Amino acid sequence: MSLFEAKNVTKQYGDQLALDKVSISVPEQCIYGLLGPNGAGKTTLIRIINQITGPDSGELFLNGKKLMPEDVQHIGYLPEERGLYKKMKVGEQALYFARLKGLSKAEAMKRLKYWFKKLDIIEWWGKKIEELSKGMAQKVQFVTTVLHEPKLLIFDEPFTGFDPLNTNIIKNEILYLRERGATIIFSTHNMESVEELCDNITLIDKAKTILEGSVHEIRSRWAANEYDLVFDGDVKIEGNGHFNILNQQKEKNISVIRLKTTSSITTNDILQTVMKSGNLVSFNPAMPSMNEIFIRVIESRG
Amino acid sequence: MNKIAVIIKREYVTRVRKKSFIIMTILAPVLMAAIIILPTLLMMNQDGDFKKIAVVEDNSDLFKGVIKNTKDAEFVYLENTRVEDLQKTFEKAGYYGILYISPELINIPNAVQLISKQQPPIGLLQHIENSLKKEIERQKLLAYKIENLDEIMKNIETNVSVQTKKIDETGAVKGTSTGIAMVLAYALGFLMYMLVFIFGAQVMRGVIEEKTSRVVEVIISSVKPVQLMMGKIIGIALVGLTQFLIWIFLTMAIVTILKTTILQKSNLHEITQSVPQSLMSSDQQAALTAQTGTMSPELAEFSKMFDNAMNQPWGLIIICFIFYFITGYLLYASVFAAIGSAVDNETETQQFMLPVTIPIIFALMVAMGTMQNPESSLSFWCSMIPLTSPIVMMARIPFGVPYWQIAVSMVLMMVTFVGFVWMAAKVYRTGILMYGKKTSWKEIWKWLRYSG
Repeated sequence: MSLFEAKNVTKQYGDQLALDKVSISVPEQCIYGLLGPNGAGKTTLIRIINQITGPDSGELFLNGKKLMPEDVQHIGYLPEERGLYKKMKVGEQALYFARLKGLSKAEAMKRLKYWFKKLDIIEWWGKKIEELSKGMAQKVQFVTTVLHEPKLLIFDEPFTGFDPLNTNIIKNEILYLRERGATIIFSTHNMESVEELCDNITLIDKAKTILEGSVHEIRSRWAANEYDLVFDGDVKIEGNGHFNILNQQKEKNISVIRLKTTSSITTNDILQTVMKSGNLVSFNPAMPSMNEIFIRVIESRG
Repeated sequence: MNKIAVIIKREYVTRVRKKSFIIMTILAPVLMAAIIILPTLLMMNQDGDFKKIAVVEDNSDLFKGVIKNTKDAEFVYLENTRVEDLQKTFEKAGYYGILYISPELINIPNAVQLISKQQPPIGLLQHIENSLKKEIERQKLLAYKIENLDEIMKNIETNVSVQTKKIDETGAVKGTSTGIAMVLAYALGFLMYMLVFIFGAQVMRGVIEEKTSRVVEVIISSVKPVQLMMGKIIGIALVGLTQFLIWIFLTMAIVTILKTTILQKSNLHEITQSVPQSLMSSDQQAALTAQTGTMSPELAEFSKMFDNAMNQPWGLIIICFIFYFITGYLLYASVFAAIGSAVDNETETQQFMLPVTIPIIFALMVAMGTMQNPESSLSFWCSMIPLTSPIVMMARIPFGVPYWQIAVSMVLMMVTFVGFVWMAAKVYRTGILMYGKKTSWKEIWKWLRYSG
């Protein structure tokens, strides 16, 4: 069952159509990637989910029920443009946001202490935001986003500004939150993290949904009939009636070759043919990266 | 609602804890107290600064003994002395200055000079002028050869002080004082202006801060934009009220302390003369009022002013002030909030500020005019029009305003304020999420028509 659903959401700003009948369905405990080029309408959709703005038409459901203003306490939102009061102390500020989400003071304090210790930022409690580095402030903001243990978490580019070490910490925290039952909508341009984290994605371009489904399924669909071969030493293969060579590369003492089948040849047949050419080290169906798919899909639309 | 309370608390606490707030809150009363106390201190210092003045005439003695000595100054009449000689030596001889009177003074009113090293005090000049004027009038009258002139002069000497009385609807006659009404009108009008303008502008700055630091997006994913806007407006209103209450309290305290410690040394009579009446404690006032029968003219004057001040319709003034403060501040603060939401930084506010500033400044100017002429039709209309009525009506009330006018003005105010808050909320809701492009009036008009 899906935790969150948007049906035929349309939003217009003046003459500009920001969303055109966009529908998404986010299964429970799923990490759902919201992808798309700049200006595609992702932020508008996220704002509509957060009820910051309302849609012109379309319906939104949380847990099968119509999304209500009170539901903000079940949603946590980390906007792309991070924002904290610069002159306010870290602890006070975190407490303020927690109280705005409806937590009692005592409960908020308890959870803040837990998270601050977990992310090793407890010694910043009494510092002002303007004294912190960008990455530090990001960590504080991450805590304020997840503190009220929302069912639905929305992260807009959560890794920008983090060093690789902290990126990893936050990545693990996101996975941990999912394990504990949270559902996550994740908007990013970083396709590697999409492959790594996302179960499902929706690709939006020019206000419309153009690609949708599980990451694995999409990648296999785009991978159609392409294989990667690795040989020891310098090996060259010629194409025949059954397959074409897309790419041959020599790297140090191995050769990497990509081929695409042109007839209904089986993988066994391919192997039999190519094994004659040299010592085969590996043979894999080629999975195009999300990055490639993203670029190909958007470019094919012009 | 609970969330608004959380927002109000943050807006209030962060502002009240700021160093600038604490410094302003403490410093302003010290300055105010200084303004009130200093003239008194200066006057006291002059008492100790006794002046001896040489009076010199050109070959005549028309004005000998005319200028009586006062407690501040002694007038020494020097005969057979030339001004030119004295000019070089008067300081060494212990004189403060030379009063040189020409015999032509009777015909030429300015043929008299006071020569001194320092600027002489106004009180001294007035004393000399009055004495000479009386003497010249006496001498001119003498020329008519009236019998018993001195006796007649003594008889006709009178000081006039107009006692104003006002009849209210019930026919009861009350003593009033135009002076007190004017001071009150000025104070109320100006206080309203300060509250509305200074704290309205703070609302705007707060909104811009949230917008530029992008905090706003996080907050309005938790609360409605209108809640954030109202929380900010109310929080800042409370900051303003806190500051004014502390100012009034501290000023009173400082003045009382200074008065009791510094002024106790001199005798009571002078204290009551020199300390402004409004600053005396109510105990002293009561004591003064009780003694009215036997007290000196000065004290009688003060007790009369006190009575007049008490005769002001305080209940009405307080109720109206609270009403006009709340509605007037909300009206302007919501407009300020809308402006803050529409721009990216403070320098961009200029184009929108002007149409807001003009009615406020205009209202203040009309309020000043109201002190001169409370019944003018300009004052009347401006006390009805909601953009100017908080300031102008407060300036009119001490002079007496019919209840129906207050009622009409209040109803108009409420309708307008609700409308303004509603429109401001619409602009605010859209504006806070708009970045990058410069906002025009046309754009704002479009936002007003956006749906949810």
